[in-house]
Amino acid sequence: MSAFRDQDPRIHGIQTKIRVVPDFPREGIMFQDITTLLLDPKAFKDTIDLFVERYKGKNISVVAGIEARGFIFGPPIALAIGAKFVPLRKPKKLPGEVIKEEYVLEYGSDCLEMHVGAVSAGERALVVDDLIATGGTLRAAMNLLERAGAEVVECACVIELPDLKGRERLNGKPLYVLVESH
Amino acid sequence: MFAAENGLKGDPRLQGISEAIRVVPGFPKPGIMFQDITPLFLDHKVFKDTVDIFVDRYRDMGISVVAGVEARGFMFGPSIALAIGAKFVPLRKPGKLPASVISEQYVLEYGTDCLEMHVGAVQPGERALVIDDLIATGGTLSAAIRLLERMGAEVVECACVIGLPEVKGQCRLRGKPLYILVEPRDIDCCQGM
Repeated sequence: MSAFRDQDPRIHGIQTKIRVVPDFPREGIMFQDITTLLLDPKAFKDTIDLFVERYKGKNISVVAGIEARGFIFGPPIALAIGAKFVPLRKPKKLPGEVIKEEYVLEYGSDCLEMHVGAVSAGERALVVDDLIATGGTLRAAMNLLERAGAEVVECACVIELPDLKGRERLNGKPLYVLVESH
Repeated sequence: MFAAENGLKGDPRLQGISEAIRVVPGFPKPGIMFQDITPLFLDHKVFKDTVDIFVDRYRDMGISVVAGVEARGFMFGPSIALAIGAKFVPLRKPGKLPASVISEQYVLEYGTDCLEMHVGAVQPGERALVIDDLIATGGTLSAAIRLLERMGAEVVECACVIGLPEVKGQCRLRGKPLYILVEPRDIDCCQGM
């Protein structure tokens, strides 16, 4: 579901603050840069508020954020809804015992890790990242949480690139985004 | 300077914060006692207390920029920025920020590393706070200060949750005040997650 379709008046302000940078990280890619959104306190607050309004009171006890831009949006949401924040990180960044989930990239593969014991069986979890493209990273994140026995309630992103059909790769779990970019 | 010496002596929130830190020996290499702050985020009350302490300190200082050092500074900085009405500026490892950047190199134990900030993220005259989870030698935070000053911002203070022994007794970094919540934990007194 997209908040864009709900036409919340805050969405337009958020969308205009996202900067598109052509040819980053490679030629042909139109990179969706959220750092300009973070420079506008009102637009950043509106972004967080939209997520908090959706998830408060839904008995969500875990907000998992994907390194690194998920670390910017996840903790403020977790704080506001009374949940814990769990960072999902690239390999070898988390100290101590971790579980790992590999996922496929355009060329090769990558890996996401979560601390053992961060999440308990039966907890209701949200996965947060700035953007969903192909959905590979989000699916790896969901797999980590489910392997630990948590229930993934929804994936939440600021931006969706619908043409890449990531929404279809989330094992049937719902996706909530604020803006779409084609 | 430590929070306990600066108005928060005996504040029970500091004990909760200290106890939330997990020591992991031998990470990332043998001989290092790594101060892991991730358990702090697993306890909503302790996480909220941490942010509240920083927000109470900075809300009336006219700060318009909170700059967080990648990646653990991203976990604290935005919540503080939101609460005090400031912008959040991520300071990142090379090649991560997509648009035009300025770079600042800094020295590691072996070799050097580099921190980057987007051009135009801060304006001259803005008052800035730098946030990271931990300060050790101060190399990374010094690079952060230099980036902000090169863009004409005034760094009001550097704030960290944990301060390693190297900084004990030092109240300033590149002439800028330091504000630190707790000292590192010893392996003996900490519990697992």
